[in-house]
Formats: sequence, structure tokens, C-alpha cells
Amino acid sequence: MKVKMLSRNPDHYVRETKLDLQRVPRNYDPTLHPFEVPREYIRALNAAKLERVFAKPFLASLDGHRDGVNCLAKNPKSLATVLSGACDGEVKIWNLTKRKCIRTIQAHEGFVRGICTRFCGTSFFTVGDDKTVKQWKMDGPSCGEEEEPLHTILGKTVYTGIDHHWREAVFATCGQQVDIWDEQRTSPICSMTWGFDSISSVKFNPIETFLLGSCASDRNIVLYDMRQATPLKKVILDMRTNTICWNPMEAFIFTAANEDYNLYTFDMRALDTPVMVHMDHVSAVLDVDYSPTGREFVSASFDKSIRIFPVDKSRSREVYHTKRMQHVICVKWTADSKYIMCGSDEMNIRLWKANASEKLGVLTSRERAATDYNQKLKEKFQHHPYIKRISRHRHLPKSIYSQIQEQRIMKEARRRKELNRIKHSKPGSVQMVSEKKKHVVAVVK
Amino acid sequence: MNANQAAESLLASNQQKELEDLPKDYPLSTSEDEGDKDEERKHQKLLESISSLNGKDRQKLADRSEASLKVSEFSVSSEGSGEKLVLSDLLEPVKTSSSLAAVKKQLNRVKSKKTVELPLHREEIERIHREVAFNKSSQILSKWDPVVLKNRQAEQLVFPLSKPQSAFAPIEHVVNGWKAGTPLEQEIFNLLHKNKQPVTDPLLTPVEKASLKAMSLEEVKMRRAELQRARALQSYYEARARREKRIKSKKYHRILKKGKAKQALKDFEKLQKVNPAAALEELEKLDKARMMERMSLKHQNSGKWAKSKAIMAKYDLEARQAMQEQLARNKELTQKVAASESEEEGEGQEEEEEPLVPDLVNEVQIKANGLNPWMFRNHFIDAKEAEVQKDLEDPAEPEAQETSESEEEKAVVEEETLLKEFEERRSLRQKSELNHMAEPVHRRVTKDPSSQEVLSDLRALCQKLSTENHQSGKQELSSARTAQREEPAREEEEPMLLQRPERARTLDELEELGREGCVENEELPRTAVEGLQLEKNLSNHIGAPKEKKRKEQMIDLQNLLTTKSPSVKSLAVPTTVQELEDEEERDQRQIIKEAFAGDDVIRDFLKEKREAVEASKPKDLDLTLPGWGEWGGIGLKPSAKKRRRFLIKAPEGPPRKDKNLPNVIINEKRNTHAAAHQVQVLPHPFTHHQQFERTIQTPGSTWNTQRAFQKLTMPKVVTKPGHIIKPIKAEDVGYRSSSRSDLSVIQRNPKRLSIRHKKHLENNCVD
Repeated sequence: MKVKMLSRNPDHYVRETKLDLQRVPRNYDPTLHPFEVPREYIRALNAAKLERVFAKPFLASLDGHRDGVNCLAKNPKSLATVLSGACDGEVKIWNLTKRKCIRTIQAHEGFVRGICTRFCGTSFFTVGDDKTVKQWKMDGPSCGEEEEPLHTILGKTVYTGIDHHWREAVFATCGQQVDIWDEQRTSPICSMTWGFDSISSVKFNPIETFLLGSCASDRNIVLYDMRQATPLKKVILDMRTNTICWNPMEAFIFTAANEDYNLYTFDMRALDTPVMVHMDHVSAVLDVDYSPTGREFVSASFDKSIRIFPVDKSRSREVYHTKRMQHVICVKWTADSKYIMCGSDEMNIRLWKANASEKLGVLTSRERAATDYNQKLKEKFQHHPYIKRISRHRHLPKSIYSQIQEQRIMKEARRRKELNRIKHSKPGSVQMVSEKKKHVVAVVK
Repeated sequence: MNANQAAESLLASNQQKELEDLPKDYPLSTSEDEGDKDEERKHQKLLESISSLNGKDRQKLADRSEASLKVSEFSVSSEGSGEKLVLSDLLEPVKTSSSLAAVKKQLNRVKSKKTVELPLHREEIERIHREVAFNKSSQILSKWDPVVLKNRQAEQLVFPLSKPQSAFAPIEHVVNGWKAGTPLEQEIFNLLHKNKQPVTDPLLTPVEKASLKAMSLEEVKMRRAELQRARALQSYYEARARREKRIKSKKYHRILKKGKAKQALKDFEKLQKVNPAAALEELEKLDKARMMERMSLKHQNSGKWAKSKAIMAKYDLEARQAMQEQLARNKELTQKVAASESEEEGEGQEEEEEPLVPDLVNEVQIKANGLNPWMFRNHFIDAKEAEVQKDLEDPAEPEAQETSESEEEKAVVEEETLLKEFEERRSLRQKSELNHMAEPVHRRVTKDPSSQEVLSDLRALCQKLSTENHQSGKQELSSARTAQREEPAREEEEPMLLQRPERARTLDELEELGREGCVENEELPRTAVEGLQLEKNLSNHIGAPKEKKRKEQMIDLQNLLTTKSPSVKSLAVPTTVQELEDEEERDQRQIIKEAFAGDDVIRDFLKEKREAVEASKPKDLDLTLPGWGEWGGIGLKPSAKKRRRFLIKAPEGPPRKDKNLPNVIINEKRNTHAAAHQVQVLPHPFTHHQQFERTIQTPGSTWNTQRAFQKLTMPKVVTKPGHIIKPIKAEDVGYRSSSRSDLSVIQRNPKRLSIRHKKHLENNCVD
């Protein structure tokens, strides 16, 4: 008679080492695990709460400047190096890992208006109020040597901004006009103008590198083609644009930081309607920078806060502020897309996490799985009222908070008025203008 | 003067030489006048000729004639014509000579052009330039559209996008490129060098190279996959064969064998058509098999089984039959094929002449397209097959019966069948109504009072529902039937003789239902009960034609249900209004009625409401424990006393809000505590609540396998800490980046534009 014995393969239950996890046999029968959605909902709720608990975005403040920080630049080859120019003409190079200033240069007299690094990361350019463009070596001078720029170009007018080409030895400055410079020459290889006004910022397109965008104080944004040495198109907005930034993953998308508290994302081929109007700031937006992933951007505002917007959303997903941070003048997203730096009026550069509740450092695989799962849960239940409320909740300074309320009332009133006007006029004579179209005054060919 | 003479002679000779030297096409000024100026010139010439005697500066002399070349007396250059101007040419009238043609052409061209176009205004030129440049650059940019779209829709993007190619460099390469830095390394290297280790080794030995060449990785992978598949298939078939072999059911094997035989026959037929020679071989094999059968003792009734059967045969008819069967088979198998040679004659004949083969051979030869004698369908086998099939079907039937017999479900099933029948009838009725389009007016009038009555009945029903919550769907039917019964005259109109048997059945069922309703619910409305009895009486009286009558009643019951809905709507409207209806309106109503014929909305609604009320009622709690304090076991129920004692009656809940609203269901299930957590409005990207619910219903690791879970929770954007993410490049996505640098392409001076250019460019722009 054959007797059947229960036999088990020890491989199935014995760990190889002590550090291994115990193997837990699972039964996936759904009847054994009821209430799927409610249980997941509770998990999502917990995840949302924990996210807020762990949201501590502020990492460090780099102090040392003796005047407001006017411009920032990142080194394209080194994540740890950051350059900053102040309003007293001082340029500082920082090491982020040590959180220390490693070099200080008195670069200009008056403001350092613009700073940019060369694509190779070996040198950087500054422009200042003293009508000069200076090129500096990234490495400090060896001992005994004096701090001297590699080249100095003396211009006729003040340069208000500078940007370097992404692949070639060419840079562009702006002031009265947009000048394209060869690094080897002391005169611009071409100057492009369209009307006469002071241009506040010029930026090279990182993908199609011959394209440039600039914004001037006569409320317009002008696009240029460097190869054909001609402007392309001009769009005039309601108010002045302070800076623009190109999307590093989508060649034709750029975002403009406007004085009317909004940011406008444009497709440069269709300038008459912005792709998205981003509104949340309660004062002029001074600077904007894209995340290197091209999915989000950060904006610095005069309202003493910085906000992070998803590219395809009109509302910000995050707002950072501190008690001591004053008007934020410049902001940069680091090249690994993990951190954000902002320079503000009160002489400090602040380092933030791009994702407020993210754990820094190496994650074990289980930790990563857990965070991924939590993220997914939050995303899945994001429309549920409790979770929405918790994950949207932010503490804001009273000034910002009250201003938001105020603006909400104003906006509502305007809307009501518009509706009333439509209601009381001949049908079809007054039409509702969409928010996107409202702010574009004209497109000039 | 002597010297002068000599000089002159020299000059003359020199001039001769000069003339010879000069190429022919040099026009010569032949006039040489003698004068003082000439004297001077000659002197000059002389000096030059003397100086050129040494041979070096001779070329200079040739230059002298340049002036005369340019300065022509007729102010028309004859340059390039290569002709000498002869005096006779000038005397003649001007002809069209080739030399002048070019000039003429030039002149004509100048004449034809009236005025030169004004260059455009600078601003306009710039505008055109801008427009052209913009179009150009937006064209360039549009190549990114697919990339951008792809990235936006990507399930997951891992940054940095461009991964460094992981190239496998041989160790020698690495070592060559590396220099010893630390003292320790240097020391080791020194040692190595001292021992003359091979520094410049060949990277690979010939054997290694050969082995690398022998089979590429893909090939190996493919081969391995093939082998794996073959192995898997083999093991699968083995397992299957084993499993099949282990099946003990004789019936199964018999069927299997039969199937195989059939297949074999088919194969054989095919083979005959395709390859007669092979078929012949098969036949021979069969012949051999027959011989084997003859030799063997199988089917000879001499085995153990046969002997045992033989003993039983006296008493058992079946055993006797089995033995006979076996003998018959033996006979069949050993029968010789009459004419195996006449194969080619035809299929019909062949089938009759097929040889008979024992089992053994069948089993062996099935795969080899063997012919199988078991194909022969004699009646005997047929009968058996039928039996087998019956057997197979049998077990299913009782189950079905059982389920239908279960008392609780019975009613539901019946209801369903009823509904089905209603549907059928409706479709039929629609047809008939089409035939009777002429009569609707009359019918309408007759129907009206009846429908009013029905309505009142229904209202009563609703009241009962709300008060007692003790009604079933059958009541409605019965009550409806009473209403029906009161107007039997009308029913004759319906020609519904087509579906007699079915309808008769349903009627019976209906009756049954009615009875059940009576038994179950004591509070059945009196009218209903009376109606039922009346109906019974009627049926008893009428006798033979009763079936027909009933059928018609059934039909009208359906009819009634359908016509109710409009009358419910017009509750407030006085009946006189209906009478005043226009013909048009009536037609309209007729159309609507036809469209919604058979949509027994009210009945559905009542049913729904009843269910809702039932569901919302608090349930009684039964705490009886069978076998506690008394005998237990199968079929024993706890005593009634005990049941009564342990049954906790649920407290009567608050009255329903829709208690007094017969045509309203108010859902009282909504939980305000839960509602705070629920999504109230459909979120933006979704267009239907089902979409949204579907996104919620994909759960996490507790309900999914590890792999599925990982896939579900995959983050959309993955970035690695410490990795610099560069802007996307054309090369990253497989585009060719422009070879020329932007710097080299810069155009400094844009061309001037005329109106013609402008038009051209603008056309381009439009394109």
C-alpha cells in the first residue's frame, strides 16, 4: 500500500542567509482579502497625511553675499557648483555639498546683471552695470595670481542679460539690442533689433540652439533666429515679461514670467494663444526655470515665495516660503532635477528639495516600492475630498493668504461683471473671452 | 649724326622684330608721321630698345600697344572679334556682323527695360524676412512634434534619456589606458615589468576568436528556445498520454477508440486520393493484421472473461449477448477482403470492401494513416453510441431538474419565463396590430374605462405595498387579470392562434402563480380573488373553447399593462379631455403606444419599489442553535418553540419617506458619514463614472502579484540622484542633427528685396 507523505522542499521555506526576508506564502484569492477599495482608500489617506508630515523642503541657506542676489547660474558639468551674482557686483561660486562659498570675485561695479556658464563648464561670463562683458575661468587662480578675467569686452551700452549657446562658442547679450558674440572677437557678429526698448533677458533654445527668445520692457516677447540673423515674431502681452525659459524637452515650448502675476506657456509656433496660463502668485513673477525633465517649472515671485507648477496645470502644486525670505529675484532648478535654488533680496541663496516630502539619499528597494505605491495611491484617490484637502493644504504667510483672498474676490467680481454685461447686451454682441486669450494683446509678424 | 643714323637703323630693325614678335591680333597703328614729336618718341623707343637688348625687359615693350587696343577711333569696341578693321569695311554700309550682334542685343535689352523697380521699404523687407524665417524655423521645429507627443504620453520616462553605451572593453585596453598613480601601484607595475609579463598581448587567442565567431548570441538563444520548446512539448504530450492511460472508464476508451478509427478512415481516404501506392501498402498491412488475428486466440471466447461469461450466460441475457458480440467481432476481423486489388474502382465500393482489423492493429497504426475497420457503422455500434451519449447527458439532466425543483427559486424562474413569453407575445401582437390599424379608434374608446379601473386597482396595490410590505409580483398579475376578464368581448379581435401550445402552458403557469399568491398572502385584494374564482368558473363552464379564451385573455393582460403608462401620466386630466382628442392626436398616441408596446413600466417600477422596501427593512435575528438542548442531525429542525424563543424581532424602523407616494422611490441608504469621503462630482478628465470607477478598482500589492504590483505602481518619471539630465538632443531620438554649426551659418547681410521678390516670397509663405 502506497502511503502519501507530506513532504516539503526546504528551498521553499529556508532562508539562504539570515539577512534574507522570510518567505511568506500568499493566497491571492480575492475572497480572502475583501474590501479592496476601502482599504486602499485608508492607505491613501495615510499616505497623504504622511506626505504632509514629511514635507520639509528647506535644506540650506547659503549666506555670504553683501547685497541682494541678482542672478544665479549652474555649472553644466558639475552638480555641486553654483554661481551667483549680487547687486554689489560680487560673484560667488558655491559648493553645494559643502554648502560653502569657494570663491568670491569682485566682477563688476554696480549690479551683476547676468551670469552664464560655458557649455563645457570651464569658464563663465558675467555682464554688469559697468557696460562690460567679462569671461572668467571656473577654476580659481593659483596662489600668487590675481583674480583677473580671461577677457573683457567694453560695450557702449549697459548689458542687462547674457546667455551662452548650448554647443558652440557663441553667446548672446541683451540691452538695447540682442547681440550675438563669437567668443574670440570683441565685437558682436550680429545684432538684432526690433523696435527700440531695453531688453531684459535673452535665452537660447536648448534643443534647436539657433533660436533665441527675449523679453523687453515694452511688454513684448521677441523670438530670434540666430542663423538667419533676424527676429522671427513678437507677441505683446498685457504687461511686461521679466524672463522667459525654454522647455529642455520640448523644443517649441517656452514659459514667460510676467508682471501680471501669471506665467504663460507658449508654443512658439502659435503665439496668439498661450498653451497654458499659470496663475497662483500674488505679485510679479520675476524668474522662471524649467526642471530638466521638462515636466515642471519653478517660478520666483516678488511676493516672497517660489512656486512649482506642472507644465500642463494652471495651478501650482507647491509653494515654498520662509519667514526671512524676501522678494525672490532668481531661481534655478538643478540639473539632476532634485533641488531648487533661489536667490533673494536679503542676500541669501536657499536650497530646497524639488519634492518636499522626498527622502534624500539611497533608498532600499522596499522603501522605493513603498513610496511608489503611496504615490500611486495618492494619485488614484486624488479626487476624493479628504485626500484632496489634505494634499492641497499649505501654510501661507498672512500677506500672501490675504492677498489670495482679495484677488479671488476681485476676479469673481470681474467675472460677474462680464457675465452681467453679456446678459444685458444684445445676444452675440459681447462675447466671453477665454482666460488664455485675454492676456495676449497682439502678435506682430 | 652718325650715331643717330646707326640708332635709326637699329630702330628699324628692331621694329621689324617687334612686328614679328607681336601676335597677329594686335592692331597696328600704321600711320607714322614724321615730326618733332615723332622724333622724341622715336628717341624714347630707341632708348627702350637699347635697354631691352639684354633680353630681360623685352616684355615691357609689348605693353606699349595696350593703349591702342583700348582706344578705338569708332568708339565701338571690336574686342573679341579677332578681326582687323579694314578700310573697306568702313566704306560699306553697316551690316549685321557678328561683332555687332552682341552690342545690339545689349542695346535692345536696355531699351526694353522701362524703369528699374524701386526697392521695397526697409521695414517691409524686414517683415518679409521675418515671416520667411519664422516659417522656416517652425518647419524645423515641427519635426519634434512626434517626439514630444510620445514623451508626454509615455508610461514611464527614465532620465537621463541618453544612456551611455555600455561597451565591453577587453582588459588589455583598460590596462593600456591606465597609468599607475599611487606608489603601491607603481611598485606592482615595476614588479610586473621586471618579470616581463606580456604587456602587448594579443587580445584574443585564435581559439577564442573562433569560438566567438562560431555562433552568435542570438543564434544560440534561438536554438536554446527551440530546444526548450521541443522539450516542453514532449513532456506535455507524455503527461497527457499518461493521464489518458490512467482513465479507467471503459466508455471513455470506447469513444476514444471510435474517434480514432474515424480519423484513421478519413486519413486513409485522403491517402488514397493522394498516394494510391501508400494506400496499397496500408491495405497489405491490414491483411497481415487479419492473419495475426486469425492466429491469436483473441475474441475466440476462450479467455478468462469469456469463460466467466459463459457460466453466467445461462441466466443472464446480457452476458449471452456480450459473448455473441465477441464472436461476431471475431468473424468480422477474420473475414477476408474480397477484392483488395480493385482499389482504384471507387470510394463507394471501397468502403464496403474495407478489410477488418483487430484492435491491436488499430492502436498501432493510427498515426501511420492506417485504415481502421472500426469505422464500419453497423446498427449495432450505432445503437451503442446512442446509449453512450444518453449516458453522458443523463447526469446533467437531473441536476437541472433539481435546481428547477428548489422551491425558493421556482417562483423567480417562473417569473422569468413569463416575462419571456410576454416578450414573444408582444412582438407577435405588434404584427397583428399592424394588421388592425383600421380599428384603433374603436378600441381606444372601449379601453378607456378599463384602464381607469386598472389604475384604481394599481393604486390600491401601491397602498398595500407601502402599508404592509407583503406583496408579490403574482398579485399584480392576478389583479391585472381580473381587470382583463371584465371585457372579454374585445379580446376576440386579437388573432393569436399561432402560438397555441406555448401560450397554453404559460396560462397554466399563470394560474398556478395566482393560486400561490392566494395561499401565501391572506390579504390579497378581494377583487383579485373573486376574479380568479370567476375565471375558474368560466373556464369550467366553457370547456372546449376555454383554452382559446384564456389565450386571448393573456394577450389582453399584456396589452393592458402596456397601455397603462399614458393614463398614469394624465392623472390630473379629466377624462373628458381624452374624449375630445383629435384624430391626429390619437394617431400620435397610437404611434407612441406602438413604440413602447410591452414596456410594462409600471410593473417594473412596482417590483423595483417592492424590492427596495424589502431590502431596507431591518432583518430579524435568528439565534437558534440546532441540536442545543434537543436531538440534532440531518433533517431535524429545532422546535418551533425554541425558534420562537430565540428569534429576535427587528425593531420596526422609522416609516419610509415614500410610504404615501406610490410612484416614488426614495433611497434612504445614503450614509452621510461615508458621503464626506466620496467623490461628489465626476472629476475633469473623465467623461463617464464607469471610467472613473475603473481607475479606482485596480488595487495594490495585497491583491496583486509582485510583478503586476510593480507594473501598476511604476512612477511616471524616474530620475537618478546625481545624474545630470541634459536637454534632449536630436541624436537621442534618432534624428540627424545638422552638421553645420550655427555659427558658420550666420547670414550677415540680408539681400535687398524688390517687389517681385516679395511676391515670390509671399507666395512661398502662403505655401
